[in-house]
Amino acid sequence: MAAHATYTYDVLVIGAGGAGLRAAIEAAGTGVSVGLICKSLLGKAHTVMAEGGMAAAMAHNDDRDSWKVHFADTMRGGQYVNNWRMAELHAKEAPDRVRELEAWGAVFDRTADGRINQRNFGGHRYPRLAHVGDRTGLELIRTLQDHTTYLGVTVHMEHTVIDLLRDGGRAAGVVAYDRERGRFHVFAAKAIVMATGGAGRAFKITSNSWEGTGDGHALAYRAGADLIDMEFIQFHPTGMVWPPSVRGILVTEGVRGEGGVLRNSEGRRFMFDDIPDNYKPQTAADPEEGWRYTQNDKTARRPPELLTRDHVARCINREVKAGRGSPHGGVFLDIAWIKEKLPDAAAHIKRKLPSMYHQFKELADLDITTTPMEVGPTTHYIMGGIRVNADSQESTIPGLFAAGECAAGINGANRLGGNSLSDLIVFGKRAGEYAATLARASAQPAVDDGAVDRAIANALAPFDRGTGENPYKVQQDLQEAMQSLVGIVRTEDEMQEAVRLLAGFNERAARAAVDGHREYNSGWHTCIDLRNLLDVSEAIARSAIERKESRGGHFREDYPEKVAEFATFNVSTRRQADGSMQVSRIPLPEMPAELKQIIEEQKQ
Amino acid sequence: MSQATFRIWRSKPGGENGGFIDYTTEISEGMVVLDAVHKIQAEQAQDLACRWNCKAGKCGSCSAEINGTPRLMCMSRLNSLDLTQPVTVEPMRTFPAIKDLVTDVSWNFRVKKGLKKFAPRKPDAPDGTWRMAQKDVDRVQEFRKCIECFLCQDVCHVLRDHEKHDAFIGPRFLTYTAALEMHPLDTADRLPDLKNQNGIGYCNITKCCTKVCPEHIHITDNAIIPLKERVVDRFYDPVMRLLRVFQG
Repeated sequence: MAAHATYTYDVLVIGAGGAGLRAAIEAAGTGVSVGLICKSLLGKAHTVMAEGGMAAAMAHNDDRDSWKVHFADTMRGGQYVNNWRMAELHAKEAPDRVRELEAWGAVFDRTADGRINQRNFGGHRYPRLAHVGDRTGLELIRTLQDHTTYLGVTVHMEHTVIDLLRDGGRAAGVVAYDRERGRFHVFAAKAIVMATGGAGRAFKITSNSWEGTGDGHALAYRAGADLIDMEFIQFHPTGMVWPPSVRGILVTEGVRGEGGVLRNSEGRRFMFDDIPDNYKPQTAADPEEGWRYTQNDKTARRPPELLTRDHVARCINREVKAGRGSPHGGVFLDIAWIKEKLPDAAAHIKRKLPSMYHQFKELADLDITTTPMEVGPTTHYIMGGIRVNADSQESTIPGLFAAGECAAGINGANRLGGNSLSDLIVFGKRAGEYAATLARASAQPAVDDGAVDRAIANALAPFDRGTGENPYKVQQDLQEAMQSLVGIVRTEDEMQEAVRLLAGFNERAARAAVDGHREYNSGWHTCIDLRNLLDVSEAIARSAIERKESRGGHFREDYPEKVAEFATFNVSTRRQADGSMQVSRIPLPEMPAELKQIIEEQKQ
Repeated sequence: MSQATFRIWRSKPGGENGGFIDYTTEISEGMVVLDAVHKIQAEQAQDLACRWNCKAGKCGSCSAEINGTPRLMCMSRLNSLDLTQPVTVEPMRTFPAIKDLVTDVSWNFRVKKGLKKFAPRKPDAPDGTWRMAQKDVDRVQEFRKCIECFLCQDVCHVLRDHEKHDAFIGPRFLTYTAALEMHPLDTADRLPDLKNQNGIGYCNITKCCTKVCPEHIHITDNAIIPLKERVVDRFYDPVMRLLRVFQG
């Protein structure tokens, strides 16, 4: 069984969201040949869903901001298990990466003096998010996509990678199929950049599209790379909860940044009742001060609705469980109330939050300028991913780089809103640069034909089985199990149960069968994605069992407190020769004294 | 729980042997057409081909023709449709069929490659940055809302009925060009291209594109007509023509 075609590149980028496009641009700029594979059409990646903005300490709206404050905010948000070097590079380089986008045609919202406007967001001390209304992700992806158009990058759209090939110890290429015809293709490359995004589809309620099946995580894992921090999942506090068909779709944090407040069924602003000690000095004393903060009063502190996402999500969860939720199992997010404060509030809301207005109007028949929204937590982002070198983004497999959501380190236990888009462009650039450098210094690795044949035979097996499990059903059962057993509140027993169930799902997935032909067959695609979801889910569950404390996105009812001992390492998973998953602890490197000092200074 | 019937276009790969097949499925409150297609896919027709990503009207992947109107499947609520009749769901007819609801939209990506890229003026400030007023970027931001669903290309009769794909870039790329032409920083001149290879003259402003735009961009009024005016001013103004004759 042979592949239909073979392509050879110096650098191969997998994924065409913000990180993948930025990596491709950087690599192509050095003159090496670049191939770009994406699962959907170009410009449709999940980056388009990002709403609020990209965090960069440009200090346009508050000159007290600097990379040091951004660094300290990121580390505090990540509960100090972040890779400090990545947090440092990110804070230092994000402003240049944002300005570069403007040179490539991006049109950000402006300040009164004509510079890029920056907005407030949870966990950021000063207004820091460069934005375009509430469609910043679209602006980012379109700018990068259009810029890439002129750089000679070869784009292979609607191709899905099924296996990562190795030559000896190093990455050598991938096997992929195209959705249109279901033909197999081999891509040989001297360096590979994984930029495949997240894995939200492992959960039932998620803001992620069908693409978020953890492909990069799973491909790298199966090839022997380390995954770290997989226990840290971000449940975004505000997803839509009604109607059922849109459950999980994101409601931007920008709503709260513009003055939106959270209330329970009793009308109480419950976020004021639970403010963590390390955030007390930065949090508003009363609703009035919180309102002033959202209106850019520099003397005011932020309202508790803008505490970190992990905390807000848990508070919402608690209100719902205590019977103080909204009719459809969420809480109320109210932006309409600002009419008490602003003349012409309805027009203001439509101008600041146009796609939120549109989304609720069209999908829920609800006018957010007059009526509170119902919202609840939704699986949004995975902090964990492929373990990389902070400077080069190279994984533990030589020649395999990773950037964006599928890489780990910068966010630690919890990501701040706005740090993802800036992560994509900062580390996408670095991954592309270092991948190109490696490619220029390397010979083309050999492709193992036997491995290609095995990957293809494995992928086609669901057609040969005739009858078997319905892959959609297995996927649904997996999502139910992860949602209820490894979700926002976790316990040892439930997670052990999840690991047992996963073994069963693995067996069922191995019996999954599909009808029809190979052309654009979504049942077949689901079979292939399922393998990735299962590996990622196992890594999440086993890592979460290992971390016997609560920190950031990982909350355990049986260990509800943060434990100092657990602040000293990352949990890592690696595939063993027999196929089993080994869980280990990797000590965090010692932080240099000057960075420690910055963190201390910013604790005030 | 009630039921509805969806009359979905099915075809062999390559778009061969296409025809409608009726699927009846259970529906619930708040469902959109894409939900129904997914339900049918999971329960009755595993190999039914359709594109989708965000399911929130932000990515522009699930374009189709629903009861004959170009729309995003994810933004078409069932309670806005007459469910006493079967709901027809078919692919965009302006593009070659691939399978079922999926079409080959690669022409659009090729067209974009042929357009002049963004060329900013020199930075305004010594630190390499620019200054722009919000009111000057407002109109460009309207065009940049485009999610590239290509429904405007689908409905445009110049492409759909007259198949002028080689001579006309369509409403999407006229909007794209307008976003560049009206970008406060841009210095390139796209008017000769608009007049010649981009075929702006083919558009006779029937506004069908504006009507189907899910982002509510005023494609005709705000993008195409101002571009047409610029082309006319440059190439067809009689006084200017006379001047050019004298100036050689």
